[in-house]
Amino acid sequence: MIRRTFLSLGLALAAAATSAIAQDGPIVVGEINHFKRMAAFAEPYRKGYEMAIEEVNAAGGADGRQIEVIFRDDQGEPGEAIRIAEELMTREGAVMLTGSILSNVGLALSSLAAQKEWVYLASEPLADALVWENGNDWTFRLRASTYMQAAMLAEEAAKTDALRYATIAPNYAYGKDAVAAFKEALTALKPEVEFVAEQWPQLFQIDAGAEVQALERAKPDAIYNVTFGPDLAKFVRQGTDRGLFDGRAVFGLLSGEPEYLEPLADEAPEGWVVTGYPWYAFEDGPNADFVAAYTERFGESPKNGSLVGYMTGLSVAAALDIAGSTDKQAIRAAFEGLQVEGPVGPITYRQIDNQSTMGAFVGTTALEDGGGVMVDWTYRDGADYLPADDAVRARQGQ
Amino acid sequence: MGFFLAQILTGLANAGALFMVASGLSLIFGVTRIVNFAHGSFYMLGAYIGYTLMQVLPGAVGFWGAMLLAGVAVGVIGAFVEMVILRRVYAAPELFQLVATFGVILIVQDLALMIWGPEDLLGPRAPGLRGVVRIMGEPVPKYDLVLIGVTPLVALGLWALITKTRFGILVRAATQDREMVAALGVNQRWLFTGTFGLGCALAGLGGALQLPQGGADLLMDFTILTSVFVVVVIGGMGSLPGAYLAAVLISVLGVFGVAYLPQSTLALTFVVMVAVLMWRPFGLLGREEVAGEAGQVGPPEDPIRPAGWSVRAGVALALLALGALPLYGSDFALVLATDILIFCLFAASLHFLLGQAGLVSFGHAAFYGGGAYAAALLVRHAGAPMELALLLAPLIAGLLALAIGWVSLRATGVYFAMLTLAFAQLLWSLVWQWAEFTGGSDGMVGIWPADWAGGNAAFFWLAFVLCVAGILVLRHAAHAPLGYALRAARDNPARAAASGLAVARLQWVAFAFAGAMAGLAGGLFVFAKGSVFPNELEIARSFDALIVVFLGGVKTLSGGWVGGAVFEAGTDWLTRFEYWRLALGLTVLFIVTLAPQGIVGAARRLWQRGRS
Repeated sequence: MIRRTFLSLGLALAAAATSAIAQDGPIVVGEINHFKRMAAFAEPYRKGYEMAIEEVNAAGGADGRQIEVIFRDDQGEPGEAIRIAEELMTREGAVMLTGSILSNVGLALSSLAAQKEWVYLASEPLADALVWENGNDWTFRLRASTYMQAAMLAEEAAKTDALRYATIAPNYAYGKDAVAAFKEALTALKPEVEFVAEQWPQLFQIDAGAEVQALERAKPDAIYNVTFGPDLAKFVRQGTDRGLFDGRAVFGLLSGEPEYLEPLADEAPEGWVVTGYPWYAFEDGPNADFVAAYTERFGESPKNGSLVGYMTGLSVAAALDIAGSTDKQAIRAAFEGLQVEGPVGPITYRQIDNQSTMGAFVGTTALEDGGGVMVDWTYRDGADYLPADDAVRARQGQ
Repeated sequence: MGFFLAQILTGLANAGALFMVASGLSLIFGVTRIVNFAHGSFYMLGAYIGYTLMQVLPGAVGFWGAMLLAGVAVGVIGAFVEMVILRRVYAAPELFQLVATFGVILIVQDLALMIWGPEDLLGPRAPGLRGVVRIMGEPVPKYDLVLIGVTPLVALGLWALITKTRFGILVRAATQDREMVAALGVNQRWLFTGTFGLGCALAGLGGALQLPQGGADLLMDFTILTSVFVVVVIGGMGSLPGAYLAAVLISVLGVFGVAYLPQSTLALTFVVMVAVLMWRPFGLLGREEVAGEAGQVGPPEDPIRPAGWSVRAGVALALLALGALPLYGSDFALVLATDILIFCLFAASLHFLLGQAGLVSFGHAAFYGGGAYAAALLVRHAGAPMELALLLAPLIAGLLALAIGWVSLRATGVYFAMLTLAFAQLLWSLVWQWAEFTGGSDGMVGIWPADWAGGNAAFFWLAFVLCVAGILVLRHAAHAPLGYALRAARDNPARAAASGLAVARLQWVAFAFAGAMAGLAGGLFVFAKGSVFPNELEIARSFDALIVVFLGGVKTLSGGWVGGAVFEAGTDWLTRFEYWRLALGLTVLFIVTLAPQGIVGAARRLWQRGRS
């Protein structure tokens, strides 16, 4: 009994000590990502995030306190991410979690967040399930989801004469969601379209020549592409060589993001309608300011991940500022309906599903100075591409 | 007809790089018996080095020269790796070298990231070979035709090298009987170095050759690995014509799969592999492994004996201290300890299979992930409580192991290993594909423990009791008649059979038992994490377990869990650093060269030396 009292006394002292430190020191936020496994995407994201936090701290921090972000690598494994989350929250004194690119890690963290009642801002994962089928009160998502971006492309597709569509998407949840959302949105806008072929290459193991042959055989009017990374490069190369894209409209999800477009260099496809991030084309305004500041700070041009990372930092700071304490309920409440002003304009974390209304840029690809760029682009507000509230509730299982 | 022909041409073109990489792996295995997990890394290096050289060297001569030079450079790197690392571990237990190759994978990944940066590199086009030619109206890229032509030339060159030169004669002799070659006075060291270098050069050439079709990226080392293993196994380990045949078969089938069964590409190659191995257990053109090759290298094993009282008392005290962790440890310490315990049970189950039964499984994740999915599916679809799910997880995993073992155990040695790998991959693609039932790649989330076990401390105790009990049961089985019979069957199957032991059935039982224990670990994992994803069925998971078993020491009783604990704790610590893969890889290589008997084996040797 004595021992027990002693122990609990010690624990109480320790707790008092840590909370005392916490009051004076910075507010700690835990960021979990696949910095090694997805280095091409995670590094620009990290830089954008750091830049936002530096700016916020220079301007006095959130609620008068500095913010410190601890970055941790999870090797791209959901199980590791869960353990790191525990460490960040219980040992490092983090008040909330952010991060992940891979949807499975995002879903694992969101499940943990709901169980432990920790706030988790899923910055980059795209899965619709994160806010709908598996959504919960404690998980918020920043980036425009698969559904939203697919709906933007479907809107453009409906404006063309194409009626026969073929799709190609990596064979996993993201690819399937992306095709399903595009079909749903396009069929709603233009019921007479038909889908004549669906190709499902294995992620990062595309047999591009065979896929192109199979698509060609279906003689579609238009092609909807969801492949990305090395798969996209191989697909574009084989498709261009074999004339697959000649005289066909092509719609490419994320294909305009610098992460995917830049490696293609002078072989970037021309005339594709894509979602992406045309950082090179901003002339003035907040977008241009962000690009200039980022380029000056890091000596390299921003990627889409940089923008997402920057918005993550701003969102975290805004929520902590409004919460006015490091209480988890207070932070959660602050995120509900939170408005953040960023380079792309104001965004709102929706009450109904915790999805932010951050949109995406839609444009047409072209070649300029030996590299692929987006032209005739516009920024689409994400709020316009989300399903009606009752459809959202239906997908949330209510 | 034109379409059909175009498809076959695409398949033949795809077979090119695949054949180069696979023939290298096959050659290395045939002579040195090293299962080179790092073969994909050499392929990746070939692509990156080839890319860099093509930027520097001008014109068509430069382009093709860069390809050859990339192959040579990777060959030199491979020979260096063989001389500096692998040479030191030939005396270690069979397949121990794969741990060293695992270290090489990690190091190459970080070095490639440092040197070439994170962004994908688009491969340069072959000069003058952009565009297509029309064959029967179908467009066929010019470079495809080059690939179709070059591959048989390389194959022919290899064939000439193997059949017409002295080096080739030695290689063939070594493939058939290593000891005999050594006994005839051939310097094995240089033969091994040469073969390893040649194999790596082929991988590098394959990597450079595919540049005009794709490029270089940091994930290509693992993405090619499975297809290469499949090709080598279907063709027959050590057989070059077999590798060519299998590369063509797999590639052409793949192309038709894409056209007619677009959803099936995940599983198709593995179905073919299982079918071929059931029909021809040593691959299409492979030979039966020569008896004696699979025997034990290194000093003979001491007979095992139960631990003495002092050791038992020490272990009991340590367990007591560990069990009391919730009284003095932080929340995170509990979570980390739970993870380590679960991983230890998983590793111990594979260790039992390897150490006691001598069965090297490359697909043990099938049972770990199988148990995890069994538990998760029971909760999700049958509304089972945690207790029932944890009870059924090992049973279902055990049944799964019975089924897989029934087929796999027809083969032996490395073919058995590859069959288990194939089944694990099949299970993985089933889970991946059947999204309505298993959640696909989005997995299943929100599967948390019952209320009484919900806290970190309570769940730690649950995991502690189950994992320690599991490991003790595994250990006890080694001391039971089952263990003795298994070791007899491992060391000399013929004698064991003559003594009246049903060798096949014994191994089957051991396989199912180890599978069930892995399933228990998997079940615990689900509730510890609250979710399950196909990652738990991946090849990487099987490899993790294999590596820790070898790191811990195969020929010891506690190698499994000791290796598991060291590896899991070490990884958790190292991932805090920027270049943690480099650090982990170097650590692995350090342990491998310093302690080829594994951690426990080395510790025991030190202890014995100290006593005498």
